[in-house]
Amino acid sequence: MARTVTTQRKTLNTALAWAVGLLIFFPILWTILTSFKTEAQAIASPPIFLNFDWTLENYAIVQERSDYMRFLWNSVIIAGGSTVLGVIVAIPAAWAMAFVPSKRTKDILLWMLSTKMLPAVGVLYPIYLLFIQLGLLDSRGGLVVVLMLINLPIIVWMLYTYFREIPGEILEAARMDGATLKEEILYILTPMAIPGIASTVLLNFILAWNEAFWTLNLTAVDAAPLTAFIASYSSPEGLFFAKLSAASTMAIAPILILGWFSQKQLVRGLTFGAVK
Amino acid sequence: MYLRNALRAATAMTLVATAAAHADTLTIATVNNGDMIRMQGYTDKFTEATGIDVEWVTLEENVLRQRVTTDITTKGGTFDIMTIGMYETPIWGANGWLVPLDGLSEEYDVGDILPAMAGGLSHDGTLFAAPFYGESSMIMYRADLMEKAGMEMPEAPSWQFIKEAAAAMTDRDAEINGICLRGKAGWGEGGAFITAMSNSFGARWFDEEWKPQFDQPEWADTLNFYVEMMNESGPAGYATNGFNENLSLFQQGKCGMWIDATVAASFVTNPDDSTVADHVGFALAPDTGLGKRSNWLWAWALAIPAGTQQEDAAKQFIEWATSKDYIELVAESEGWANVPPGARTSLYENPEYQKVPFAKMTLDSILSADPNSPTVKPVPYVGIQFAAIPEFAGIATQVSQEFSAVYAGQQTVEEALAKAQAFTAEEMEAAGY
Amino acid sequence: MATQHSRSVARLMMAPAVVLLLGWMLVPLTMTLYFSFKKYLPLRGGDLGWVGFDNYVRFVSSSSFWPAVQATLVIVGGVLVITVILGILLAMLLDQPMWGQGVVRILVIAPFFVMPTVSALVWKNMFMDPVNGLLAHLWRFFGAEPISWLSEASMTSIVMIVSWQWLPFATLILLTAIQSLDSEQLEASEMDGAPVLKRFYHIILPHLGRAITIVILIQTIFLLSIFAEIFVTTGGAFGTRTLTYMIFQRVLESQNVGLGSAGGVYAIILANIVAIFLMRIVGKNLDA
Repeated sequence: MARTVTTQRKTLNTALAWAVGLLIFFPILWTILTSFKTEAQAIASPPIFLNFDWTLENYAIVQERSDYMRFLWNSVIIAGGSTVLGVIVAIPAAWAMAFVPSKRTKDILLWMLSTKMLPAVGVLYPIYLLFIQLGLLDSRGGLVVVLMLINLPIIVWMLYTYFREIPGEILEAARMDGATLKEEILYILTPMAIPGIASTVLLNFILAWNEAFWTLNLTAVDAAPLTAFIASYSSPEGLFFAKLSAASTMAIAPILILGWFSQKQLVRGLTFGAVK
Repeated sequence: MYLRNALRAATAMTLVATAAAHADTLTIATVNNGDMIRMQGYTDKFTEATGIDVEWVTLEENVLRQRVTTDITTKGGTFDIMTIGMYETPIWGANGWLVPLDGLSEEYDVGDILPAMAGGLSHDGTLFAAPFYGESSMIMYRADLMEKAGMEMPEAPSWQFIKEAAAAMTDRDAEINGICLRGKAGWGEGGAFITAMSNSFGARWFDEEWKPQFDQPEWADTLNFYVEMMNESGPAGYATNGFNENLSLFQQGKCGMWIDATVAASFVTNPDDSTVADHVGFALAPDTGLGKRSNWLWAWALAIPAGTQQEDAAKQFIEWATSKDYIELVAESEGWANVPPGARTSLYENPEYQKVPFAKMTLDSILSADPNSPTVKPVPYVGIQFAAIPEFAGIATQVSQEFSAVYAGQQTVEEALAKAQAFTAEEMEAAGY
Repeated sequence: MATQHSRSVARLMMAPAVVLLLGWMLVPLTMTLYFSFKKYLPLRGGDLGWVGFDNYVRFVSSSSFWPAVQATLVIVGGVLVITVILGILLAMLLDQPMWGQGVVRILVIAPFFVMPTVSALVWKNMFMDPVNGLLAHLWRFFGAEPISWLSEASMTSIVMIVSWQWLPFATLILLTAIQSLDSEQLEASEMDGAPVLKRFYHIILPHLGRAITIVILIQTIFLLSIFAEIFVTTGGAFGTRTLTYMIFQRVLESQNVGLGSAGGVYAIILANIVAIFLMRIVGKNLDA
């Protein structure tokens, strides 16, 4: 990676990259800034960037109107639960596909991905009726299962690509030493695949966190996550840019922070085995 | 049946905590309008008085409709009280999905509910939902700009006058649009406005045989008039403006006139939010001299889905939320201008409330709306800005999308009406009319 | 090589995932098929009997059907083109040596963490609003008439919003791929004095082939079913009614479950056509 470049070129790169980066980030930045304005300042013309009276009033109003922590907690449980469950189901499948590939492996993999193409709205009534029968409406458990199923194909695929990168010789050696299948998975494969599993977990946590159809339509009170929280701020009467911004900031902040802290793992995770 | 119960029991066991809490907790689905949100602030008082806890599910209007409709048609039983409107109530009531609101207490005084509201929220004379607030539509205008334009607003203006006044008030350099009206697609948004407006032009959705009437000249007149006026004096991008967009334009002083829900009057005259609070005048929605005005009638009301375990508690809550006492409670702490309007006769007889500048015009507008005879020519349906049949919401949303495309300059009035006629005919035939 | 024993163990290990997904596919699919042959109107009392292929005929013969298919393909195609092209450029830029690379990378991936509903709301209200939106201010600043984005340029707006959400994803995958490119190889070509464009076509682009396929495959799966962005911004007006949205209108707005289910079956067919098309390309590329 030790490419030598002139300072001039590096400066140019830096300037350009920062400009593009800030441009892409700007809508989020603007939302965060707006959340600290008053409603009147939020629509001021010309727009105000930084020199306004910073206020926490919008956050106070949002918090007073809805119990943010409950929505947040539901989001954490649902996204976390579905991811964990998904990984548990997916690891053995991905292992089998990666190390005991058969002619049909690729077909199965692609078939799994194709299940994601079923349009959710089309099956709302069937699923809703099913949920009523099973008494799962407005329960976190039901949503955990649904989101796990929605993301399972992606999880299997990501894990499969990681597992495939683990050199087969190591497994051979372990087998020579008399390791059982269970030991092989527990003590050799899993530790080697930890980075891959970590990034899979991260990506799917994000996908589950942002899922807004089922989480909105199958919940009411007990299981309502942040997507439902946002639905109560989208177009109330009167000026609402600042309050909407505050609610939006509250809804995306946790995942944004998580994403930033773990971006190295995530970057790895997003390769889908594309680099090989 | 056994399996179903067993599964229910199993889930209940795993969710003991929530299930236990449910026993005396009402789950209420509601819309995120100002008056509803204000009510949520007062629920503690209800809980204190009755020991009944209340959980709110507050959603944006479109999401709310989608949620409660799915739940009621599948008998999901998620909610103990639903906030619904005049469109849904008679249809759901007729299907037996709502608990009849009879046997209400003496002091609740059900006879005090404005007859127009009670009528719209009943089916076959049985009340199925209690109005939390009711509205018609009227003209809100800037008295200062009207004066500047050298004109005077009559109590009951005609569309021709409105068009001229709008042109006179328009000042593009000062960012003042003579008139702001809804153009946003959706049956409850621009669809509601244009339907109410078309009534005053003598148009109707269906004739007595349920034949769609978009091929009739009255509809073309309505749309041509609207488009011409809006292009001349309306704000840029009015094709995506709904109630809320116009409200914020008006509050910022960017509209000369605005014809919309009467409840908006309290927002535009509230000096905290509105820069033009001191200059707002009111008038009846315009007509064309054919005998019908272009104002609608609507109520957001509370109803109890049949099959709820908590019928009594739910009734108790509805009695509390739509009572005279609740109105007084709000008046005491927030002033008379902020009480939920349009539901009760007694409110308009209250001398304190009569001092509120928009009280009289709101009542007059409500009284001049007749859902049972909404149009100049006879129609087989009930409802002013809608037809109370299950198919209407879906049809009207698509029809209003065609209209919005006209407003955005993407097609002509004739093209839109032809598409609307074809689509409506197709859907009505599918529904078996 | 795998033994017979390990094969059967492998099958056993795959079983939970396969069975679960099979269930997740078959149960809704069967129910959708069942409803699609019924006249099922929840507001008119629910199940009103079998109607054969009526719903299928009605759904396709609706004047909105082909425009909806077209809208779907335009959105998917538009977003793919934009994210792939911009993604490659951005990835190449981010691969250059610079100060604060980590921070820039964070800025670039941030949109990926934003819920679709939130991003649609923010774009619609705070940027594309023709009066108070930031873009309107920008236009006025340069003396131009503000655009009513969501009505006049509805398709462009939606493609823009969705591209903003998916650009980080494309960029990251492509960046990782570029970083794995043998830098010696690049340097050698640089030494040879090969022009930038030539270097791009002959070395970088071929190397990215696999990554681009992955981006296209994954994004297509998600893009075919985008819903929140349309629901929040245009509500299907101004030619933005996709197949998914049309199904939503039939099922929830018109409350015609039978008709919507028939639409669902069509959507599955369309998805599979796209999928087969994709698999052809991807399949080749997936063989390591």
